Parts: sequence; C-alpha cells; structure tokens
Amino acid sequence: MDFSEEQIERYSRHIILADVGPEGQEAIMNGKVLIIGVGGLGSPAAFYLAAAGVGTIGLIDGDIVDLTNLQRQIIHTTPDLNKAKVISAKEKIEKLNPDVNTIVYQKLITSENIIEIIKDYDFVIDGTDNFPTKFLINDACVFIQKPFSHGGILRFDGQTMTYTPGNACYRCVFNGPPPKDAVPSCSQAGILGSIAGILGTIQATEALKYLIGIGDLLTNRMLIFDALNMNFNTVKFKRNMDCPVCGDKPTIKELIDEEQAACDLN
Amino acid sequence: MNTYKLDITEEHCPMTFVKTKLELTKLNPGEILEVLLKEGEPLDNVPKSSEEQGFEIVEISHVENDIYKVIIKK
Repeated sequence: MDFSEEQIERYSRHIILADVGPEGQEAIMNGKVLIIGVGGLGSPAAFYLAAAGVGTIGLIDGDIVDLTNLQRQIIHTTPDLNKAKVISAKEKIEKLNPDVNTIVYQKLITSENIIEIIKDYDFVIDGTDNFPTKFLINDACVFIQKPFSHGGILRFDGQTMTYTPGNACYRCVFNGPPPKDAVPSCSQAGILGSIAGILGTIQATEALKYLIGIGDLLTNRMLIFDALNMNFNTVKFKRNMDCPVCGDKPTIKELIDEEQAACDLN
Repeated sequence: MNTYKLDITEEHCPMTFVKTKLELTKLNPGEILEVLLKEGEPLDNVPKSSEEQGFEIVEISHVENDIYKVIIKK
C-alpha cells in the first residue's frame, strides 16, 4: 500500500470510508474493468471508474461519435464528432485520471472475439443498446464464469442486474431476445438522456463494490426504475434450473450472434 | 510492541484523518499511534472518526500552544 502523496489526496474520500479504506482503494487500483459500449451507459460508468482509480479500463465500441449521441453520451463532446468513441473516451479518462491504464478495442464485439477480450478482466459492464449483444455478453460471461453488470434503458425506464458465478444469469430471467417487431425503433422510443446517467452510474457502483468486496451486489434480483414517477423496485428471482445457458441441462453450448433487432442504435 | 508517531499539525480536513487512517493501517492490533495535531477541527474530528472506525482513544493531552497529542490504540 504505497500511495503517492497525490494519490492520498486524490482518493482521500475513499480512504476515509470505513468500508473502503486504503485496502479497498488498493483493490480498486488493481482492478480491471471492461466496458462494452461507450455510449449512454458506458460514458458515466467510464467516468466514475476512472475517477475512482480503477487500474485498467477496457473500452470496446466500433462506432464514431455522432451528433445524436451527445444528448446523453456525456464522455463525448462536440469537438469529438466523427472521432472513434473509444478514442474520445480514452482521451477524457486520461485527462481525468492519468493513473488509469486505458485499453481500447475499436471494433464490434462478436461471438468470435468476445471470450478473448473479456477473459483478462475482473468485471464486465454491458453498456450495449441491443438484445443480441446483451445475450452474447451474458452467455460468454456464464461460459467463462465472469461477473458482469447488465443494464438496459428505454424512454424513462431502466433495469439492471449483476451476474456472478453460481447466481442467476440474464437468460434465467429472459429466455432470449424479444421478437423483432416487439422492439420499438429508436425514433419511436427515445430516451431521456439523464436516465443513462442513473443506470450507468449504478453499474459503475456495482463494479466498484465487486472490486472492493463490499455490500450486496444486484445478484438474483433485477433493479427496475421508472423515472417519471421516480420509483425504484427490485424484483427477486432465482437461478433457473431450466435456463438454456446456466441451467442443469444447458442447450446453448456455443456462442452465437443472434439476428440484430430492428433498432440498431448508432 | 512498537509505538508509531504521526505529525498532522500542518494538515487540513479531511487529510488529517486520511493520514491518521493510513498510518493506523500499518499497525498490528494492540499497537499504539501517537498523533500530534492542532486544536479545533483536527482535535474535534480525528479522535471521533478514529473511534467510529473501531480504534480506541487512549489519551488526549495538551503539548504546547495549540498542539495536542492523541494516543490511539489499534
């Protein structure tokens, strides 16, 4: 535990906390978190994890910054238009906290590359915007027993749960992607920008709790909020023995790229 | 048993307790840390925060002028 004077000051509010302390801060600084999707959820998650001093932050996203992103994807700014999202985010992270080692993957995550990418990280944050990728992340994380935070947002609503090995996975709750026509298109649905901030920040908090080893994670329960009425609820569920990926007789034994839903947010 | 010493008379809140806590983490249970601090905020808060986080305040004594010595046991 050899913090520099600058680190002692920077992380003083963590070090003071009884449940974090120098040991917890050291755990954060030794931590490696991968953020899949550097958009609405990934932006606040990346900011808070960087500020907290997470040792290594991986960013994967194949997109470039578009004007329509800036209403909610707060790590990107107007001068970043047309820049790769991972580069834009890396620049902000390095400005916020030079202690952080940022690794970027400027590509889409697929069944071919996901295991290779996630295997070196302690915790994965799903900040993606489409069901096929959410299921791909779930299945890959279950296959190699990698903890991850699921997050989803639409309009004024959000939902999130955390998977850790042995506990319920995303497929225990939702068997598979909804039918194509059940998914509203982006222009029909929309999203209040700050909703992304609420949810991405919860995901970052789960990652930090996991790294430090404190509190109760959102395992075996889904946190659902409705920001219009500002109601937060948690729905409990158990690991499903018939789950196609983590059940007793799994039917999904290899990773697949399911068909992209109608809404392919850019 | 070693006795550790820490001077935080030049520090301000919250670094007063941050430095104290960092020093306390180096101690083994039962060991003693002597902290020199100023009256006012440090004297009000460092002993209180230390107790809240499970450390024992053995003694507080006046050293000179506005400087106090707090003896904390882990």
